[in-house]
Amino acid sequence: MYKRHIEYIKKGMIDMKEKRTIAEKIFDAHRVDMPFPDTHVLKLDAVFCHEITTPIAITDLQKRGMDRVFDASKIKAVIDHVSPAKDSKTAEQGKILREWARRHGIKDFFDIGRNGVCHALFPEKGFVRPGYTVIMGDSHTCTHGAFGAFAAGVGTTDLEVGILKGVCSFRTPKTIKIVLNGKLRPGVYAKDVILFIIKELTVNGATNKIIEFTGPVIDEMSMEARMTLCNMAIEAGGTCGICYPDATTVDYLWEFIKDEFETKEDALKEYSKWISDEGAEYEKVYEYDVSDLEPMVTFGYKPDQVKTVREMEGTKVDQIYIGSCTNGRIEDLRVAAEVLRGKKIHDNVRGIVSPATPAVYSAALKEGIIEIFQDAGFCVTNPTCGACLGMSNGVLAEGEVCASTTNRNFNGRMGKGGMVHLMSPATAAATAIKGSITNSRLFEEGGV
Amino acid sequence: MKTFGGKVLFLDRDDINTDEIIPAKYLTEITKDALKPYLLEDLRLEGFDSKRDIEGKSVIVTRANFGCGSSREHAPWALEVNGINVVIAENFARIFRQNMYNCGMFAIELPKEKIDYLFDTYKDKDTTIEIDVDNDKIIISSEGKCEEIDFTIGEFDKALIKEGGWVGYADKHY
Repeated sequence: MYKRHIEYIKKGMIDMKEKRTIAEKIFDAHRVDMPFPDTHVLKLDAVFCHEITTPIAITDLQKRGMDRVFDASKIKAVIDHVSPAKDSKTAEQGKILREWARRHGIKDFFDIGRNGVCHALFPEKGFVRPGYTVIMGDSHTCTHGAFGAFAAGVGTTDLEVGILKGVCSFRTPKTIKIVLNGKLRPGVYAKDVILFIIKELTVNGATNKIIEFTGPVIDEMSMEARMTLCNMAIEAGGTCGICYPDATTVDYLWEFIKDEFETKEDALKEYSKWISDEGAEYEKVYEYDVSDLEPMVTFGYKPDQVKTVREMEGTKVDQIYIGSCTNGRIEDLRVAAEVLRGKKIHDNVRGIVSPATPAVYSAALKEGIIEIFQDAGFCVTNPTCGACLGMSNGVLAEGEVCASTTNRNFNGRMGKGGMVHLMSPATAAATAIKGSITNSRLFEEGGV
Repeated sequence: MKTFGGKVLFLDRDDINTDEIIPAKYLTEITKDALKPYLLEDLRLEGFDSKRDIEGKSVIVTRANFGCGSSREHAPWALEVNGINVVIAENFARIFRQNMYNCGMFAIELPKEKIDYLFDTYKDKDTTIEIDVDNDKIIISSEGKCEEIDFTIGEFDKALIKEGGWVGYADKHY
């Protein structure tokens, strides 16, 4: 524990906590300074970078004569937002990142051909471990909390200091705990759960707070599903979504950690220190039974404007987009393909699927999923963030509507004057077939 | 020390997000100045015209959860290059708020009733707000009248304002 932390405790300025949340434990293990009682400067285990927010940090460091990196092995970089480059400006952004990575010997740099959407690619490479501190100049960095890490999106200046010094400042962590009981019905997924939670919390409900997801429903979820859940914590204002590490986490990470541990049980034992203590203090605890939850979809320009798919049934769409750091992983593509198998998309819609990483793409090819998408009439693109934020590969025209598996429905997000309805891959695939918002047969036949 | 304040732009809405403050398609710009014409281009707010209403303003007064969504520091930069260095709101999204102080700009939180009061009293008037940095006061002048409202920001936020931002602070301390 950092000495000034003990000083503040002795002076009675902050409490000594015997029972701690996972975030408090991670803060305690990483604190290098506490300039003020509510300001924690943490040592970083990983700094992730992409070509949109990093180049300005790089050029600023150069201008200041401080073009250095704290530890090249802890910096991971990818070109993902616009790939391949669509114009001279995006080519320049890629160039700045590429040359910087070469200059500093950053080995984990993923250029086109090896690149994928950052929050799908980096977990796949085993770069996030339980108990880690991670920052990135990207708000959806909260995704990595799925591994029991503290992972937060930051701006370019925080990123710049992270690159230079390997530290970042945070206020005292406060946590909201969400306990999910019951069992999800067939055709209902992590995306439906998180849309429901955002509706409950509102877009400002978790501001400055960490959202801890726990309960039997989380225990049952794959790492992919947990990532979908944590990915959208920011949509309720959350600093980070976080799940406790368990056997599922160890299985996912095993190929990367097998040299560190003799058995999976050993790994699990070690990682179990990153679980909140019984009796830890929470800002608020919400408990839901999600056994009756139906597929959900957004309707306005805010991610907390959520209805059931049934309520939105029949809403016409022009484009279907399946991909992104929320729902572009292999599990997502499998579900969509199951709905699309042997079917054609409606004449009035166009479909785009962007597998989130090269590994997802390869697996989808091998499993025949790409063929199902193509036979259904989908365009299959390379991995990129592209359309999700209206930068490339599927930008909407004025007045057009998109059924999307992404995370934001803000005005203009996918193109000026466009409307985005957020939903699960199953709902998006069913919507593609019908041409208007509808439930998938996986839900309909699941015994409503 | 730098001064903070000037003419006020009132944005009467909750949850103004960073895509509205600066749309993603402009994130390919490499200089801050290039963002200038696009500030608040996609803002959904009746009666607001970004081409007409931003010019000459230095302060924004708005409602809850300003700056939610994307982490893009292009949002504070787009404010900065338009001469806006103070935003007063009920609360801010965490990343946006930190970005403001990291850039040495003010993101001041006031209780809802004070924000309501500012809107009720000054929204349709030509209003100026100056920040008294040493005494933590917002000084409001409008139509020959003047009043003060106290505010509190964190000690760390203040330290960042004094050092001109986080890079300078971190370089000195770590």
